[in-house]
Amino acid sequence: MSVPAITETTQYLTFKLGEEVFALDVAKVREILDFTTVTKVPQTPDYMRGVINLRGSVVPVLDLRLKFGMSATEKTVNTCVIVVEMVVEEEAMVLGVLADSVQEVIDLEPEQIEPAPRIGTTINTEFIMGMGKHNELFLIILDMDRVFSEGEKEAIVKTEREAVVNE
Amino acid sequence: MDNQYADTFKEEAYELLTELENSLLELEDRPDDPELISRVFRAMHTIKGSGAMFGFDDIAAFTHQVETAFDQVRTGKLTVSRKMINLTLAARDQIKAMLDGAGKEGAVDAALTAQLIAGFKELLNEEQAAAPPAETAMPQPSPSGPPPVEDPVTFRIRFRPARNIFANGTNPVALLNELRQLGDCRIVAQMCDVPLLVELDPESCYIFWDVILTTTSGLDAIKDVFIFVEDDCEISIDTIDGGGNVDDEAYKKLGEILVERGDMAVEDIEAVLANQKRLGEMLVEKGMAAPSQIHSALLEQQQVKEVRQERRQKEERARAQEAGASIRVPAEKLDVLVNLVGELVTIQARMTQTAVGREDAELINIAEEVERLTAEMRDNVLNIRMLPIGTTFNKFKRLVRDLSGELGKEIEMATDGAETELDKTVIERLNDPMVHLIRNCIDHGIEKPEVREAAGKPRQGTVRLAAVHSGDRVLLTIEDDGAGLDREAILAKAVEKGMVAPSAELPDQEIYNLIFAPGFSTASKVTSVSGRGVGMDVVKRAIDALRGSIAINCRPGLGTVISIRIPLTMAIIESLLVQIGADRFLIPLSLVDECIELTRADVAASHGRNMATVRGHLVPYIPLRQKFSIAGTVPDIEQVVITEVNGTRVGFVVDRVIGEHQTVIKSLGRAFKNVEGMSGATILGDGSVALILDIPQLVRSVEEGDYLALSNEQSTLKKMI
Repeated sequence: MSVPAITETTQYLTFKLGEEVFALDVAKVREILDFTTVTKVPQTPDYMRGVINLRGSVVPVLDLRLKFGMSATEKTVNTCVIVVEMVVEEEAMVLGVLADSVQEVIDLEPEQIEPAPRIGTTINTEFIMGMGKHNELFLIILDMDRVFSEGEKEAIVKTEREAVVNE
Repeated sequence: MDNQYADTFKEEAYELLTELENSLLELEDRPDDPELISRVFRAMHTIKGSGAMFGFDDIAAFTHQVETAFDQVRTGKLTVSRKMINLTLAARDQIKAMLDGAGKEGAVDAALTAQLIAGFKELLNEEQAAAPPAETAMPQPSPSGPPPVEDPVTFRIRFRPARNIFANGTNPVALLNELRQLGDCRIVAQMCDVPLLVELDPESCYIFWDVILTTTSGLDAIKDVFIFVEDDCEISIDTIDGGGNVDDEAYKKLGEILVERGDMAVEDIEAVLANQKRLGEMLVEKGMAAPSQIHSALLEQQQVKEVRQERRQKEERARAQEAGASIRVPAEKLDVLVNLVGELVTIQARMTQTAVGREDAELINIAEEVERLTAEMRDNVLNIRMLPIGTTFNKFKRLVRDLSGELGKEIEMATDGAETELDKTVIERLNDPMVHLIRNCIDHGIEKPEVREAAGKPRQGTVRLAAVHSGDRVLLTIEDDGAGLDREAILAKAVEKGMVAPSAELPDQEIYNLIFAPGFSTASKVTSVSGRGVGMDVVKRAIDALRGSIAINCRPGLGTVISIRIPLTMAIIESLLVQIGADRFLIPLSLVDECIELTRADVAASHGRNMATVRGHLVPYIPLRQKFSIAGTVPDIEQVVITEVNGTRVGFVVDRVIGEHQTVIKSLGRAFKNVEGMSGATILGDGSVALILDIPQLVRSVEEGDYLALSNEQSTLKKMI
């Protein structure tokens, strides 16, 4: 059984959050940076870690660990910012996500990828594009567009709620 | 159809339409000005011609009708009437709609087009019927026909197309054929510039033409043929035979013709002629003229030649200057440049910081030099994007004219300081709020003529727009001489809405500014007279977004003045860098009044009310550490940065004030578009990101939220300030 949306052999970048291994379509990854100073933007959800300076542009950084219900990412020598590029409503946007460590780039055939199980994962299955099998190990392939748009929605809900409280 | 050319056409057409509108409005005041009439005609003609050339046939066909009418005006057969101006303005809007909707099915109201065309036809017929038929003996020409000229006139035309004429889609042969239709025509193609085959670029035009044309159509008809190419082609048209009876059938000498045409230099001909005996010498030899007579005649020749040469050189110089005076650059290119300068400013700040840290005198020297250059460059680049605000003033002229007509009011618009320059984006973003404010002036401010007369004011009301520089800001005022605001009605409304305590005694200024309060206007209008305030909070928000401020003042019965203060540019601002815990924030310096210290004792003395006493006045403050939930210990002495927004002073409590900072504004992007209290970010000298506080928004959120419960207290407080 495979995922209908995935029909070609695709390269994936794998990274770790805690002990769990995740994967991202390489085509969406722009670069990987060392974890530098992040400026927190006040009055935003915790998983929005803040913004960084990427060669003169201001780029938001997301903490996926917080998003997925784990503890906040601690800074170690292996902590990285994966800069991903995506298109949201026909608008190109650049976003950084924190990873405890970046692993490797692997090829996965469509038949190596299975749909996300409905139960048994700690994270919201909405964000999972599929489960890849590589070296007897399961990887969670993330759907970044979903992760982001979900985040955006929450932010909107949050501001609305604040507005209600304020009134 | 190549899209690039279509876009160029559109861009040009939009420009022409703007010019057309201005000319028409001027024409209304001076209907007899031939210069204005031909300006209108030229604009129409160009739109028609290039429209047809680039496949905008509907536009060409429609514009032709309008042009026809103005052709009649130009030849004096029609006079400019108010009706005609109205019709032409409507036609202008229709052409614009056609341009906007080009390529889209059903985007243009075809019925309106037909209606306008009918309007022009009617106008032509009316005028023709009105004109006394006996006035001229000749038959009434068809509207589109060329104006007749009695005698055939012979012209010599030299048409030297630009090398790249084919690239513009112009076919020179078509132009020549058009000339042929005008009358008896002899055309000689000059091939002397055609290079050898190896050097020949097949897409360039090397040929130029000499045309001898005898026509009754007049000079204008010939000029019209070349109207689209006259800018980049060399075209000379000379009258060589003015018609009428000339005694002598002989024409100029060959040498003279060649010289006149510019094919041969006088010197060359003279040199050739020198080989044979000169006329003068021969005459002298034969004793028919005295040498002195010949000498005198030759002197005259010389003199005129020199004068003419000088004149021509002067003209050429002027032309070259005109061509080089300005260049068109797409706005995006400038935006890129501004961004680059922004980055340069950031990196320069970093360099200065590093240099100072190293304590290396030579490095500091260089850093200072770079700083000076960067500042100069920044100012220059930002200056490129500056446009005179007059461009928008003209747009408002039309608004005033149309709206006052609709409402049956007589209103004149006066402008002042149209040459005041502002950043392009600021001007664009000012447009909507300004339209709103001017509409308000016309709709609610200025009374009907009868009412004005009864009040002893002139029938005609005036809306005055003025712009003036003051420091790094521009002060815009919109002034009307109408009835002013209804103080009592506003106050009553505010009390009703719970914004002001019934017992509160507010100064007039405070009351007028209430109309900018959010929510004030969402309900039904105050009264029919003082219905102002409809959407005023939207205007205020737009001005706030430009980091500007707005205030209103009025003298009851005499008029209202709205003043808007806006920064010159939005790309780079001066700001105050402050620190809370480890986080740094920026406050736009233009909003900062002063900084004071806040000790623990002060906090204790205010009984948790967040008010500081400054020289006997109470100033409310917002503890940012608390507002932004920043962890850490509060220092013993905090700083309060006191800002002033629209006359209200509010303090912001921070740990430490670091100093002034040149801030290049970066957008926070989509991810944070819902964030409140931040208007952007910037990159500091050490490469980290700091956030720019949206002061008006923070003040608003506090006013709307936490302080609402204390509204009574607040109004007493406002009174004390």
